[in-house]
Amino acid sequence: MTNNKKLSTEGLNLYFSEKHILKDVAIGIPQNKITALIGPSGCGKTTLLRTFNRLHDLLDYVKITGKVMIDDTNIYDPKISAVEIRKRIGMVFQKPNPFPKNIYDNIAYGLKVNNTDPYRIPQLVEQSLRESFLWDEVKDELKKPAIQLSGGQQQRLCIARAVALRPEVILMDEPCSALDPFSSLKIEDLIRELRKSYTVVIVTHNMQQAQRLSDYTAFMYLGQLIEFGTTKEIFNNPQHDLTKNYVTGHFG
Amino acid sequence: MDFHQRQKTDNIFRKIFKIAGLLIIGILGGIFLMLMYNSIAFFLHFKPADFLTDTQWNPGNTSHAEFGILPLLVSTCLVTAGAMILAIPLGICTAAFLSEFASKRLQTILKPIIEMLAAIPSVAIGFLGIVIVGPGIAKLFGIQSGLNALNGSVLLAIMSLPTIITVAEDAIHAVPLSYREGSYALGANRWATLFKITLPAALPGLIAAIMLGMGRALGETMTVLMATGNVAAFPKGFLNSVKTITATIAIEMGEVPYQTTHYFALFAIAAVLFIITLAVNLLGESAINKVRKFQ
Amino acid sequence: MKKFINYLNWSMLAGSTIIVCLFLIVILIELFSKGLPAITIDFIFKYPSEGMTKGGIFPAIIGTVLVTLLTTAFAVPFGIACAIYLGEYAGNSRTTRLIRAAIRNLSGIPSIIYGLFGLALFVQAMRLGTSLFSAGLTLGLLSLPYIITTTEESLKRVPTTTREAALAVGATQFEMIKDVVLPVALPDILTGIVLTLSRAAGETAPILFTGVTFYTSGLPGSVTQEFMALPYHLYILSTQHQSVEQVRPLAYGTAVVLISVVFILNLVAFYMRYKRRRYD
Repeated sequence: MTNNKKLSTEGLNLYFSEKHILKDVAIGIPQNKITALIGPSGCGKTTLLRTFNRLHDLLDYVKITGKVMIDDTNIYDPKISAVEIRKRIGMVFQKPNPFPKNIYDNIAYGLKVNNTDPYRIPQLVEQSLRESFLWDEVKDELKKPAIQLSGGQQQRLCIARAVALRPEVILMDEPCSALDPFSSLKIEDLIRELRKSYTVVIVTHNMQQAQRLSDYTAFMYLGQLIEFGTTKEIFNNPQHDLTKNYVTGHFG
Repeated sequence: MDFHQRQKTDNIFRKIFKIAGLLIIGILGGIFLMLMYNSIAFFLHFKPADFLTDTQWNPGNTSHAEFGILPLLVSTCLVTAGAMILAIPLGICTAAFLSEFASKRLQTILKPIIEMLAAIPSVAIGFLGIVIVGPGIAKLFGIQSGLNALNGSVLLAIMSLPTIITVAEDAIHAVPLSYREGSYALGANRWATLFKITLPAALPGLIAAIMLGMGRALGETMTVLMATGNVAAFPKGFLNSVKTITATIAIEMGEVPYQTTHYFALFAIAAVLFIITLAVNLLGESAINKVRKFQ
Repeated sequence: MKKFINYLNWSMLAGSTIIVCLFLIVILIELFSKGLPAITIDFIFKYPSEGMTKGGIFPAIIGTVLVTLLTTAFAVPFGIACAIYLGEYAGNSRTTRLIRAAIRNLSGIPSIIYGLFGLALFVQAMRLGTSLFSAGLTLGLLSLPYIITTTEESLKRVPTTTREAALAVGATQFEMIKDVVLPVALPDILTGIVLTLSRAAGETAPILFTGVTFYTSGLPGSVTQEFMALPYHLYILSTQHQSVEQVRPLAYGTAVVLISVVFILNLVAFYMRYKRRRYD
């Protein structure tokens, strides 16, 4: 496995009140690769994803122990604010969730709150819309409410919104699950494109998608990381029976 | 704004919001302390036992002022009881009709009507007590003035109806469909189901509705002030003029000199009213909590 | 026989409903049939004259508008701040349970007790005197529980995913609330506020000892002066006037204006809610 770990956890445990959701998870996610998190519903893959972004911070019943690192920085260091972390680690959600603003402002908002030079914002908006293959479709109607776009367009807008901040990592929580197959393929092309500049972690239910897209795959089951390796290994030569059963479709 | 400043703004507003929240507790505490402080001042001048047992409220008598809360308390209870006798059957029947028998279309007409009834200011209801209900009562019973306890009861019934109907309807609506289906399956008809299954199952919610309606009636000022005649004697029946706690405060606070025994006495009866409404509302709330558990 | 009992039951429920509706219809017909003829341009825009037996109710209308505006200025920011604390910051701690209990109790306290509290706190302890300001603050306290409850419910309707979207692009919690949550919840919050104000505009008991007066020779020039208000004016005309019978048409007119103000505010809120539902 590569030495270039971008995100890593060690002895990570997470509880919702009394429920033990993540059990002693240790994983190292390689830089500038696409890593897929797979596993049956309720295995903790989405929870793990959200842990990287400190999205559990707002819920007072969540308790986290262990180490979560980006490069050499502890994500949960009390001296570091969640805002700084989230600037470095962007996120795309399961359902497209554009702001109730127009297309332009959807992307400009993140730039504005993060003190981007106002003169550079229009240029950055255009750039990130181009990177998300959305520019040609929306360039004439940037003032249109984002909610009027199609589902696939909305999701690409959400990706553009994350990309605009130039994060180091982009987390994606089943980004295609709410979309039709055609839009999904478009998003997949986009994700492949993103690999060049970003580290991508994607949660997916879809085995084919994981195989098509990812360089590495992690299989989780009941809150534990069962197996982690290159996608080829995981799908063609799994070491663990659980993994084997899952990737061959015997359960889940 | 640089990052440091943004964090600072975030923290400042977090504190502002928290202070606003804590101030709410402060307001309730303030009201409570204000009533306590002035009531204690009153009881330094006047024996608590006399306050509770005297049958006269006669603060104007300079040589021997009397501050017996009983006539006011009995008046308040009489008017409220009358209002409940009228409003409970009407309110629950209407709620049952709305929830079980009215079509969606009829509901969209009836619900705004009930909301409109709730929106009418109490002073306007009091005015109607003077111009319609009062003369009506006078004619019906052959008495000189219709400004009496019955008048107040009718008006308070109208005022508490929207509360009772809304809460009771929610309660009836919340009874699981399976209960009713079970009853139908056993061959019971609509009515038997309603009276033997649905309404008993909704009982905690209905009690909450009654309590909340009663709380509203107990604390209402302007309607009773205008419609009940304001005679601070022991009421003998619904056709007597009465003077409730709220009306007494409303009338006398405007005329009484600052920090006299009489002034403090008005806070003392307000404290009694506060405790009664609090108890009624707490009862209603615990009934609602039972509904929540039941669901 | 069974049929007869069913018929009886049916008529009991339907009859109750009809009676409740009749209350509203009788009230409206009585007030509007006798009150509308009294309403003229002069009635709306003139001062009372000749010991309030003639003239209009202009200062009472303006007084009600002013005191309601003051109520808004005080209760809306305070109430929204409190709702934000409860809905966005505080979890389910002991403090928040205490705050919620306080809110429920406050909403059950009789309005006359708010009047006493306003008298003791604003008029006397804070030496604001019987004034527009004291009355506005007192009505504001009365309105707070409603504003907090409706605002918190509006905030709850904003989807979590929308909040997360703002956090994910690096907004602070306050920025998220200000830029995303509040704009989304705004129409709902406004509906609640309008309804609360319609209630405040019709209240009499809380302003009795805190600032309202039966007659002023002019409009209040500052918030430290006493003022006239529609509900109190109706009370005075119908019970306290020397010649109650003579001024009855004026009382009907005042009642119609008061009810119209309240209903118009309710209609505005109703329309806002309707529009919002259609938009969703």
